[in-house]
Amino acid sequence: MSVPFSADRTAEIMERAVDVKGRSLWEDARRRLFRNRAAVVSIVTLSVITLLAVLGPFVLAYPYDYIDYSVVSCAPDWWPDPAVLCNAGGSHWFGTDSVGRDLLVRTLYGARVSLAVGLIATLVSLVIGVTYGATAGYLGGRVDELMMRFVDVLYSIPYIFLVIILMVIFNRNFFLLFVAIGAVEWLTMSRIVRGQTLSIKQKEFIEAARASGVNGFGIITRHIIPNVFGPVVVYVTLTVPASILAESFLSFLGLGIQEPLTSWGVLISEGANQMETAPWMLIFPAMFMAVTLFCFNFIGDGLRDALDPKDR
Amino acid sequence: MLSYAIRRLLGAIPTLFIIITLAFFMMRIAPGGPFDSQRRLPPEIEHNIKAAYDLDKPLYQQYFIYLGKLTRGDLGPSFKNKDFTVTELIADGLPVSAKLGLSAMFLAVLLGLITGTIAALRQNKATDYSVMSMAMIGITIPTFVMAPILTLIFGVYGVSLFGYDISLPVGGWNGGAIRNMILPVIVLSLPQIAVIARLTRGSMVEVLHSNYVRTARAKGLSSFQVVVRHALRAAILPLVSYLGPAIAGILTGSLIVEQIFGIPGIGRYFVNGALNRDYTLVMGVLIYYATFVILLNLLADLLYAVLDPRVRYAR
Repeated sequence: MSVPFSADRTAEIMERAVDVKGRSLWEDARRRLFRNRAAVVSIVTLSVITLLAVLGPFVLAYPYDYIDYSVVSCAPDWWPDPAVLCNAGGSHWFGTDSVGRDLLVRTLYGARVSLAVGLIATLVSLVIGVTYGATAGYLGGRVDELMMRFVDVLYSIPYIFLVIILMVIFNRNFFLLFVAIGAVEWLTMSRIVRGQTLSIKQKEFIEAARASGVNGFGIITRHIIPNVFGPVVVYVTLTVPASILAESFLSFLGLGIQEPLTSWGVLISEGANQMETAPWMLIFPAMFMAVTLFCFNFIGDGLRDALDPKDR
Repeated sequence: MLSYAIRRLLGAIPTLFIIITLAFFMMRIAPGGPFDSQRRLPPEIEHNIKAAYDLDKPLYQQYFIYLGKLTRGDLGPSFKNKDFTVTELIADGLPVSAKLGLSAMFLAVLLGLITGTIAALRQNKATDYSVMSMAMIGITIPTFVMAPILTLIFGVYGVSLFGYDISLPVGGWNGGAIRNMILPVIVLSLPQIAVIARLTRGSMVEVLHSNYVRTARAKGLSSFQVVVRHALRAAILPLVSYLGPAIAGILTGSLIVEQIFGIPGIGRYFVNGALNRDYTLVMGVLIYYATFVILLNLLADLLYAVLDPRVRYAR
């Protein structure tokens, strides 16, 4: 029993169709991400840590490099072991370090530096990796083979060696540290982007673009890169913690951030040296760093699940 | 498959060559040299020292001299560790790093496979979530945090269990005595266990939903047989390609673990060599590392073909 389609009826359907909003891929992914409890908690926690890192040093009573020899290696007042207390006054909530600097403000300052390293290094790796991978994948053939061979070669050099050499050449420059870490993190990114590009460039819309006269540069930037975004976003959230780890690793070896500036790696390295007498110097920065890395990993996992078309 | 392996090995030669060239010139761009010191040497002596190591020649000549020696298997003398050749230093350190690394990897594969499989069998249940949370902890807590904490607990404070003192030495190698190896091996293997468990769980979940596993169950095999004989074989494929580079990395020593526990492996040569401009030493370690990476990747690919009959390296 079919209802004949009168002009009225068609108009009605059309009217209703205007109100129905289709869900785009990204909207869909966002909904699925917000349904993932671990990811939401991580996003909130990470926002809090970022806010603390940005605002904390302005609010707190001590500058990050204020040395006070009267309160060297003091435990916070609430520390359970009374033997190490030295009554530094109630305002050192995380205690002080081995030259009497306030550990809370240093941890938050370290958070600034570590997060900045993570973000900037990731940005560098994103720009290099996406450009390189998309170009190799789009051009294909000989060029692709050569370009990916170069990536393979770099893969078999231990990245820590590259970073150490870069740091030695550029004399432990603060900004070049970011660039150096980013410059070794782009390899996986370029592989992912290349793989995606190879499959996308076979699609009809690329052919259509080419037929309508878009040049290679336009196709890569306007048509291919926007479409590889899904896996790239997932990988980015995993590159940020990797970069933070790389920085702290270098700082632990004494090659990263230099005093009095600090990062979580520097603080943890100091804390590890003092941990028998002053365990708080290890515990607080280590906790902040572990929680941050946790959050990034959970968000990355959540995004991967949210963007995975397989379990839609 | 043999011809494939030979082709891959031949293909590795240009790769190695590029790595050596890149590393050689990168080292030399860095300012400073191996014989810079606080105390200025008289120019004649400095010149003689440099001449003895060919450092007075133009860079391209040094490069070809190095390559020439390399083809005869000579990695040259170490600039900083007097009286030692690079080969001797590596021969001293490599067994230590290898023993430590392989023990850690063995433990990691064993525990990672077991926990990952259990998590997959209990997918989305409490066991699964707790195993995966533990794995996340293993991945996110860096070794240089884990090592001091474990040292503090087992070494400094000392722990006794059922009246037995189970405290462990906090450093030193002591010729590879088991007591000295426990802490470094645990620290080294924890992140690997975590990664392997996650990998195994991921692929195992997929495999357990496949048709042939259902068939195996349907024909009445015990659950143990289904998992171990049928599912595991397919599920370890992603693991194989992960293990290649991972073993290479761990074989050349973990900088951090060796430094914290004072273990005489070759990990420390990387950092110290680069900082002291001990060109030949860094190059030597690098060449070893790159060779391991290439060989183990090849091994992983070949193993892949053995495990997965669909992969064939014909042509």
